[in-house]
Amino acid sequence: MADPCSLSLVSCIRRLPCYIQKGMATASTRNSAGQNTSGGFVYLPLIAGWLVPGLGHFLLRKWIRGALLAISVIGMFAIGLALKGKIYTGAQDILEMLGMAGDLGNGLLFLAGRTFGWGAEHIQVTTGDYGTKFIVVAGLLNVIAAVDAHNLRTGRKPL
Amino acid sequence: MSHPSHFAAVLLFALFASTVFGITQRETPKRMFRYGAYCFALFVGSAIVLSWVMYLIAR
Repeated sequence: MADPCSLSLVSCIRRLPCYIQKGMATASTRNSAGQNTSGGFVYLPLIAGWLVPGLGHFLLRKWIRGALLAISVIGMFAIGLALKGKIYTGAQDILEMLGMAGDLGNGLLFLAGRTFGWGAEHIQVTTGDYGTKFIVVAGLLNVIAAVDAHNLRTGRKPL
Repeated sequence: MSHPSHFAAVLLFALFASTVFGITQRETPKRMFRYGAYCFALFVGSAIVLSWVMYLIAR
């Protein structure tokens, strides 16, 4: 019986699972090469990178990348506070929910901000709005960095 | 606590965001640097262009 993936008359929808399988096989082959995978909890760099900016890369011995990411995320968070930005503490409407989701990306920085009362209660100066956005974007960038650490750990991205 | 001016804030935002984009979206250090510089130029360039557009609209 012919391989259904090789039939020219098979519809695109029927071909889709074959492409997905081929893609997964490629990824697993890359993993089985064993260059980037090692023992231990595979999600550790992801969680560590989320909690502390740059820590996920430090765990993978990517010192310079980790340092640059930490400086970028912590720097943006600090500038946001310096601009009298607000750290979201509750979510009353959809915009606040989105802002809170971004702030949560800062991990322990967000928790420290909530605990020690950093940031403005209410935005009172023009730059305060910019500061709030700096804090939200710092969280989003930290999520990107943590996912990158996870990709390095799983071998999806070469070390 | 002192805070940066508007344009300094734009430059810092572009610098930090470009650094993260460069490191996370490319694989080799050379390509990371080039992509980061490209993102930085686009961030700052688009901010300047949009500022002029808004200035001309407001006149």
